[in-house]
Amino acid sequence: MALNKESNGFTFGFAIVLVVVLGIILASLAEGLKPLKEQNVRVKKQIDILSAMMDVEAVGIDRSNAEKEFPKYVNLDDAIVLNNSGTEIGKGKEAFEIDIKKEYRDKTLETKDKRFPLFIAKDKTGASRYIIPVVGKGLWGPIWGYICLKEDMRTVAGVSFAHKTETPGLGAEINKPFFMDRWKASMISDASRNFKKYEVVKDNSGSTDPSKIDGITGGTITSKGVEEMVNRSLAIYSNYFKNLNTK
Amino acid sequence: MSTEKKSSEPLFSKKNKKLITDPLTDNNPVTIQVLGICSALAITVQVNQAIVMSMSVLFVIIMGNWIVSLLRNLIPSRIRIIVQLLIVASLVIIVDQVLAAYLPDLSEKLSVFVGLIITNCIIMGRLEAFAMANKPWPSILDGFGNGVGYGAILIIVAVFRELFGSGTLMGIPIFGNPLPGEESGLYELGYQNNNLMILPPMALIIVGIIIWVQRSRNKALIEEH
Repeated sequence: MALNKESNGFTFGFAIVLVVVLGIILASLAEGLKPLKEQNVRVKKQIDILSAMMDVEAVGIDRSNAEKEFPKYVNLDDAIVLNNSGTEIGKGKEAFEIDIKKEYRDKTLETKDKRFPLFIAKDKTGASRYIIPVVGKGLWGPIWGYICLKEDMRTVAGVSFAHKTETPGLGAEINKPFFMDRWKASMISDASRNFKKYEVVKDNSGSTDPSKIDGITGGTITSKGVEEMVNRSLAIYSNYFKNLNTK
Repeated sequence: MSTEKKSSEPLFSKKNKKLITDPLTDNNPVTIQVLGICSALAITVQVNQAIVMSMSVLFVIIMGNWIVSLLRNLIPSRIRIIVQLLIVASLVIIVDQVLAAYLPDLSEKLSVFVGLIITNCIIMGRLEAFAMANKPWPSILDGFGNGVGYGAILIIVAVFRELFGSGTLMGIPIFGNPLPGEESGLYELGYQNNNLMILPPMALIIVGIIIWVQRSRNKALIEEH
């Protein structure tokens, strides 16, 4: 049978069959891999939270054992959800499920309806640690991270930052230890627990002032993005800590 | 047009071998045809990324060439480019999904660039120029040759950029510890990483140097003006 493959009918038929076949293949692949991908995201979040508090590599926590190790440090039943004025509006496991990246991007969500989770953890010695998730904008795309406070709720014990598409070697360095270590021992509030803004500086004065951090050469916009992200989030959380300690 | 001599030809005949070796040397898709330059700029900062990118492109180009070659007598010529694009896009999504599920860390690093394989001119170029007119087996070889030719350049560029830009290879420090205050190795002597290496223009310059070296070794490649 002579098939006229230049006819309109054949062209349409070919296109439809091809699209349906490819659609089925891709849809079943995406469905099949979904549980694995969701688990990857969850594990990554656990590792990110823990790495604000300690050197996860040194402790030997990686993707393979994170789900087992995570509850040893962070008790999700203690986690708290705040609103944007720093008032507690929820408690427990729901804090982990909040996608703050999505809420940050969501233009239809009013600021007062956004939720801010706070994780309460214990480090190896049993001292309390408060872990604050933050999210913001870098030069090319989203940046996010976790800030871990010591039991005094003022001093930073450690941070972990991450980014999606910052410039390698420049802005992308925000997730390197040398930059994250600069945040250690800095203070989020003054002696009377009023929030004190962080400043990312260029003049190398970061180590002299507890609320100044040395930026990254060549990564100015990303560094400024980190500054904005940290300040916006900490302003909310420091309210909560202030109320907690003046009650 | 496809009824040339039946499969009496050996699998690795001289002609077929040429399909693999040509793109590696005198017809390299990057340095001679100057295709796929955009990704050569984007993901050659680290060798690891360059390797995964090369493997992904290799998979897509081999599978794409093979599938298009199998369908070549069916594809209506009026919509052939869209059909090729659909096949390439589907293969790229498969790569992206598999990476996200099994190599999540690398997939995060490559982020958008895996998706951009779709726009890699080498792949569409080979589908249109070769697979549409040749049998499946030569098409697979052609895809393999071009994929490896592309990957080789990518990895060479990445080795230079990572070594001189970050002082590491595949993440392993080569020149010592560059951290201020705890320098060791070369850094102790005052050596500094070259930040220019990390920026995209340097990839172009390195590709340019490779092209220069290649053409000065083989004068036949130099175009008449």
